[in-house]
Amino acid sequence: MAFLEVRDLRKSFNGTEVLKNVSFDLEKGKVLAVIGSSGNGKTTLLRCLNNLETADGGTVRVDGETVFPAEKTKEKTRAQTGLTFTLVFQNFQLFPQYTAERNVSLAADLNALSALKKEKLPFSQRKKRKMQIKEENAAAARTLLEKVGLSEKYGAYPCELSGGQQQRVAIARALALKPEILCFDEPTSALDPRLTGEISALICELKKEGRTMIVVTHEMEFARSVADEILFLHEGRAEESGSAAEAFAHPKSENFRAFVEGGKNK
Amino acid sequence: MVQFINVTQKLLEGFSSSLFLFILTLLLALPLGLLVSFCTMSKFAPLRVVMKLLVWVLRGTPLMLQIFVIFYVPGLVFGFQWPTVQTGWAWFDSTFSTRFIAALVAFVINYAAYFSEIYRGGIQSVPKGQTEAGQVLGMTKGQIFYKVVLLQVVKRIIPPMSNEIITLVKDTSLANVIAVTELMFMAQKQLLNGLIWPLFYAGAFYLVFSGLITVLLSHVEKKLGYFKV
Repeated sequence: MAFLEVRDLRKSFNGTEVLKNVSFDLEKGKVLAVIGSSGNGKTTLLRCLNNLETADGGTVRVDGETVFPAEKTKEKTRAQTGLTFTLVFQNFQLFPQYTAERNVSLAADLNALSALKKEKLPFSQRKKRKMQIKEENAAAARTLLEKVGLSEKYGAYPCELSGGQQQRVAIARALALKPEILCFDEPTSALDPRLTGEISALICELKKEGRTMIVVTHEMEFARSVADEILFLHEGRAEESGSAAEAFAHPKSENFRAFVEGGKNK
Repeated sequence: MVQFINVTQKLLEGFSSSLFLFILTLLLALPLGLLVSFCTMSKFAPLRVVMKLLVWVLRGTPLMLQIFVIFYVPGLVFGFQWPTVQTGWAWFDSTFSTRFIAALVAFVINYAAYFSEIYRGGIQSVPKGQTEAGQVLGMTKGQIFYKVVLLQVVKRIIPPMSNEIITLVKDTSLANVIAVTELMFMAQKQLLNGLIWPLFYAGAFYLVFSGLITVLLSHVEKKLGYFKV
């Protein structure tokens, strides 16, 4: 049984089927590249996995546990153990009013503080714990920012950072929540080629750490070099899936072959 | 000179009434407006439609008419008396008269309608991606609103809010129509003594006060200038 099992995921918007029974598996520590031209359901797939859209049908299982369709009680136990999925957006979506460090530590702080509220400690003790939690998360945020190569920029606001730097903060922010599966929605398409290289290198590094990742991308080079598995979506169907090396060497689907070769000719 | 001091005293009396009307209207209408804006954005259609109609009526009819309606109609039609607070403290009782309470209610309702539209514009202009970013980071709806969206809304709405607040400074003079003893009422009374200059003097009060508000709000705007939305 695979770490992540997606079965027959379906989604339609106003009668238009965007995802048609998409199924795939992903092992722990592997990287999946989701490819296909625009409008073929790649982003919708990620949004369904991250609960930003509710799929019309199908199941998602992580580590043997059904995360979709969600059962109320299970949702709670999941929330306590950390996030299952999180998503890095194409256009970063950093919180503009907070520094890089606060962007990374905010969600972790809020989670910890709402857990603290339930403990019902006496006021003075709670205040002390609060300070402690905030310090811990701030320190963790700085470590993460250092890791993504932004050790000089803890106190910078998003408007003071370049696109590549913003995307690195966004990645650090996602990592802060220790997700089991990290999703990227075209993480480099809002960046120029040099910055694209920076982000690709960072994702490579994360792969070396053994993180499970799903990356929606247009960058064929990136898909070839980083991905262990690929999923080619065409008109909402998974037309090609499985080992990346195998798929690129011997494409089974005509559309996938055309897509890859089209990219080469350019 | 004696006359000047005398008039100043009268106008200050009126101004204190105007000032209370202004402050209380803001204190009540700012939160009420937020509530109304949530209603006009509600997914529950009947609530949304009713609130939108209400906002339409409140913004589409003169505030002066609304003041008349709120002051006279409950008494004339329903026999309802606006409550009076009798503390025996002369200044308090004359400032917070029945008329004052009725004017305050009219102002709060009218301004809440205007504010709600400003809030709505501000909330809807925050990109959906910000909410989604909060969601994928496991924040609750409340946390997303208070920690992510709210400050961005505040930053966006300060310019239109400033406009509305400065209008309110001058609109308090409308309470004159039900004889609330506010600043214009007091200045107008001086006409009976054959004095015209108190009208201009009253104008200076409004001017200085709205000037102070402008400075204060542009200070807040500058404070929030450290980030871009």
